[in-house]
Amino acid sequence: MADMKDLKDKVAVIGVGNTRYGNFPDIDDYGLAANAFRNAVEDCGIDKNHIDGMLVCRIPYYARMGEVLGLNPRWTLTLPGHGRMSAMGIIEAATAIAAGQADYVALMYANIGRSRRVNYGGDESPGTWDPWGFTSPGAAHAMAFRRHMEMFGTTTRQLAEVSVSIRYHASLNPHAVMRNPITIEDHESARFITAPLRLLDYCLINDGAVCLILTSKERARDFRKPPVLISGFGAQETFAPSSIANFDMDFWYPALRAAGEQAYGMAGVTHKDIDALMCYDNFSPTVLFSLEGLGFCPQGESGRFVENGALSLGGTLPVNTDGGHLSNSYMQGWALNVEAVRQLRGECGARQIPDCEVVQYVQATPCTRSIIYTRG
Amino acid sequence: MSYNKPLPKLDTLNKPFWAGAREGKFLLQHCPACGDTRFPPGPVCPKCLAGDQTWIEASGQGTLESWIDMHRAYWDGFKDDLPYRVCLVRLEEGPVVVSNLVDKTDNLRMGAPVKMVFDAVTDSVTLPRFALV
Repeated sequence: MADMKDLKDKVAVIGVGNTRYGNFPDIDDYGLAANAFRNAVEDCGIDKNHIDGMLVCRIPYYARMGEVLGLNPRWTLTLPGHGRMSAMGIIEAATAIAAGQADYVALMYANIGRSRRVNYGGDESPGTWDPWGFTSPGAAHAMAFRRHMEMFGTTTRQLAEVSVSIRYHASLNPHAVMRNPITIEDHESARFITAPLRLLDYCLINDGAVCLILTSKERARDFRKPPVLISGFGAQETFAPSSIANFDMDFWYPALRAAGEQAYGMAGVTHKDIDALMCYDNFSPTVLFSLEGLGFCPQGESGRFVENGALSLGGTLPVNTDGGHLSNSYMQGWALNVEAVRQLRGECGARQIPDCEVVQYVQATPCTRSIIYTRG
Repeated sequence: MSYNKPLPKLDTLNKPFWAGAREGKFLLQHCPACGDTRFPPGPVCPKCLAGDQTWIEASGQGTLESWIDMHRAYWDGFKDDLPYRVCLVRLEEGPVVVSNLVDKTDNLRMGAPVKMVFDAVTDSVTLPRFALV
């Protein structure tokens, strides 16, 4: 049985690509994914026929995706469109490369939720609690955040700091969907969706696609851009209560602790080394939960931690420098992993973190994952 | 006017629960082998994997773990109720369940004692809800 540490720095991201983000009723999942794939191929300069591994997420049929791109890989994996599959997929692809199952893996994600009017609640996602009117991931996160308010005294003005910082980053990203800066007062006066959560606590719903291309560290030197290494990762599931979807009584704190410790230990870094955190922000409270679970602050103190723009560029810990799910694009974690790569390459323009060397990705979900990326 | 909110989808596992609710009982699945008690029911005991599971009646007492006010109707049937209140309750027997809190007050706190009340919404469906004690 191999030690996970043996996989440190063994696999690199060599190419990243995405589509524009918005409302595209005239293009389907395959078309969006093909555009992101072409951009990632162009980004690294790989001969696409060398790609011998393919992972697709939220794309209806992997074989059709292969046909569309003219790929017949020797390793294929398909993942459902749940907001927790990005890091699961990247870790699976990395271990497949390390095991020799594939040399070059293209990972593709596409979302057409905006133009197809996806609601994320009601009859689209039937559940145990429908007769009581409890539905949607947002409602579950509101339930969790209310507990956080009650247990630790966290306020909605503190929660607003998350949305305000992340929107500020989006204002610096010419490709983000929502670019007008907002204030704490804007957050506090936004309409309730599932009180205590308001509109500005919710992620966007938009169309788009993302692609990453991974290979071994040795092969990674042959491409157009400097490689970004996968230096550490960690994982922990929390499958009860699955009947209350997207919810955990403990804010995924134990799972985040476990996944974080694995990732830091494998990468050989500590919190002080993290130049930016890319944090799954389907709803603003998950950022608070992630900060606590990873240990950037003690449990219950994330509200105070985020005050005064601590999550903004130049602050204590820049979070979601592309604008995240809240303001850039709802690519279910995939675009945040691309942003980690671009920050480490120094490609981020107005939102670039100076001397960026270590970036962490985290998703506080029933499948909690964290990945630590470093400059190759 | 006919009831136009979502109704429970009955299956072999949850049928006894909804039959019990009609009689004013909240039934929890119980493992005679190891004593585990849970809601919603499952095909085996998640602790010891025993297949033969029974039911026990909840006392109806619990504590408020959290609550939210839904300001969006994902089903048309809830439009006239907006905002409506959903609560998370830990039953005296241990399981945590989602339901509605019938009280409209904003003077709520986590840990407040609540008790079950039964609301016959149709001839065949009764929903257990909660009220502050």
